[in-house]
Amino acid sequence: MQRAGARQEELSRHPGPAGEPARGGEVVVARGLTKSFGDFVAVDHVDFLVRRGEVFGFLGPNGAGKTSTMRMVSCLSPVSGGELSVLGMDSGASGPAIRARLGLVPQEDTLDLELSVRDNLYLYGRYFDIPRREVRDRVERLLEFAHLVEKAEEEVDTLSGGMKRRLTIARALISEPELVILDEPTTGLDPQARHLLWDRLYRLKQEGVSLIITTHYMDEAEQLCDRLVVMDKGKIVASGSPRQLIEAHSTREVAELRFGVDENAAVASKLTELAERVEVLPDRVLLYTEDGDEAVQAAHCLGLRPEASLVRRSSLEDVFLRLTGRSLVE
Amino acid sequence: MSSRSALAAGFRPPLGSLSAALFGRGRARRLVERNVVAYKRRWWILATGFFEPFFYLLSIGLGLGHLVGRLELDGRLVDYAAYVAPGLLASSAMNGALFDSTFNVFFKLKIAKTYDAVLATPVGVGDVALGEVTWSLMRGAIYSFAFLCVMGAMGLVLTGFAVLCFVAALLVSFAFAGLGMGATCYMRGWQDFDYVSMASIPMFLFSAVFYPLSVYPGWLQVVVSITPLYQGVDMIRELDAGLLTPALLVHAGYLAALGILGLAVAARRLGKLLRP
Ligand SMILES: Nc1ncnc2c1ncn2[C@@H]1O[C@H](COP(=O)(O)OP(=O)(O)OP(=O)(O)O)[C@@H](O)[C@H]1O
Ligand SMILES: [Mg+2]
Repeated sequence: MQRAGARQEELSRHPGPAGEPARGGEVVVARGLTKSFGDFVAVDHVDFLVRRGEVFGFLGPNGAGKTSTMRMVSCLSPVSGGELSVLGMDSGASGPAIRARLGLVPQEDTLDLELSVRDNLYLYGRYFDIPRREVRDRVERLLEFAHLVEKAEEEVDTLSGGMKRRLTIARALISEPELVILDEPTTGLDPQARHLLWDRLYRLKQEGVSLIITTHYMDEAEQLCDRLVVMDKGKIVASGSPRQLIEAHSTREVAELRFGVDENAAVASKLTELAERVEVLPDRVLLYTEDGDEAVQAAHCLGLRPEASLVRRSSLEDVFLRLTGRSLVE
Repeated sequence: MSSRSALAAGFRPPLGSLSAALFGRGRARRLVERNVVAYKRRWWILATGFFEPFFYLLSIGLGLGHLVGRLELDGRLVDYAAYVAPGLLASSAMNGALFDSTFNVFFKLKIAKTYDAVLATPVGVGDVALGEVTWSLMRGAIYSFAFLCVMGAMGLVLTGFAVLCFVAALLVSFAFAGLGMGATCYMRGWQDFDYVSMASIPMFLFSAVFYPLSVYPGWLQVVVSITPLYQGVDMIRELDAGLLTPALLVHAGYLAALGILGLAVAARRLGKLLRP
């Protein structure tokens, strides 16, 4: 209950501008976009639009094709089929010109192990042909942003995992890109760093920067993304704003009842009437319904006595698990 | 530095995008800049490469030279040390170029994944190839220059053509930088570097650095004369003796062609490896 409450509060603090009209067209247009590695199709004819100034999310289980898609959009890997235009240019013909206006946080940190923290930022800026003096200014600002001022002269190898992640994120911003692509940016970050990054991403968005983000944290997606798509096995299986997705694929509320490990399954058959959908997990039963408290009441009226019960709003996680299944399929 | 800009200027895209793919889009110098910064912290590594040819010059040129005495080179008698020195200059240029274009490129390509990050910027695979080859060439140039200074100090420079000898050494470095990088892009693991030693050590011993080609039987002369090191040794030795013959152009063309070939192979292969 508490966690759900906190999430609600976060949401209202940063109202998601779902359905806000687009300003100045699309930054990414993908039509029938496909990526294959030999016979294996990693991204299978996906269509999506990213509008200027929005935060666009990609969700999906491991191996869904998110990174493959990000790499195509950042012109790091050629498309195998379909059309892809980024910042108004064809990705195949204008790779360098597109990359010049784009910042990338790859899933795996690719920091330069032979350079210090400061030089990592400095040279990355130089790869974009930014004049020396200008890069130096930006490096100092980004060191502060990433809270790495004290580590500036250290070798990258000596940083902790989260510090490396922060450095990678800072590095992506050195060219002041119009479009930033973040592939699981907050994996490995502590909560403080995560919130700091969220704030920073909001600020970027306010400055008109478009953001594409992949994440496995549903709360992150719910908070950050104006619109998102859920990918599974190379295909897009749902798209919309977080709210639209919840409306379309889940109920308003979820009641979670615990009857003890052995009884959950036995009790479930009696509960089917009480909710639109009932899901039995090893440790609890989930009732998807418009009014959770009412469902819990009704269960009590049937003479059922759960050990514990909890009512919460439906979240993106419910949508995600519904769409992509609960079991690990590789 | 001038060698670098001369080289870069030589490769301005004459054929549009094809040449841009193979030789970069003018951002090769960013790779050089990166290497300069990276080596600032470990400049002493650069110093070590100088001593090997220098010690050869002392032990074989001077030491062994005592036994050998003077010998005839293009109609005049010279000390053995003066005979060996141009050959060692060429091998200096070779070794200097191979350090970075082989081990270090492999480290950056496969271990540290340095280029993965570089290629997320406007820098392209052609830039990476040309940049690394240029840097390797520069390292070869540093050793060549230092060695040439030693030769001068020891009175082993035979004529006033030292500047031309240096230019020739640059060509040797370029050829080996290109070849080294091209080969490295195909290497699967550290064990493959045995091939580099298997090629470079016999080349050093048998490419007429220490004695003239004429000691070999005819067929072996042909084999040896194909090696890029022999091409360099012969070119530098002739220049050092003050001989300007048309054969110099053949040597120069051959070395330049090898360097360009290696560069093109490297750029293509990098594209395959790094942009799957
Ligand atoms: N270079 C490659 N060669 C062959 N197969 C690849 C390559 N890159 C990715 N794949 C395959 O493509 C599929 C999609 O991979 P991708 O990295 O895009 O998934 P993802 O959605 O980012 O997963 P994760 O959440 O684990 O990061 C996987 O099955 C993967 O094995
Ligand atoms: Mg991924």
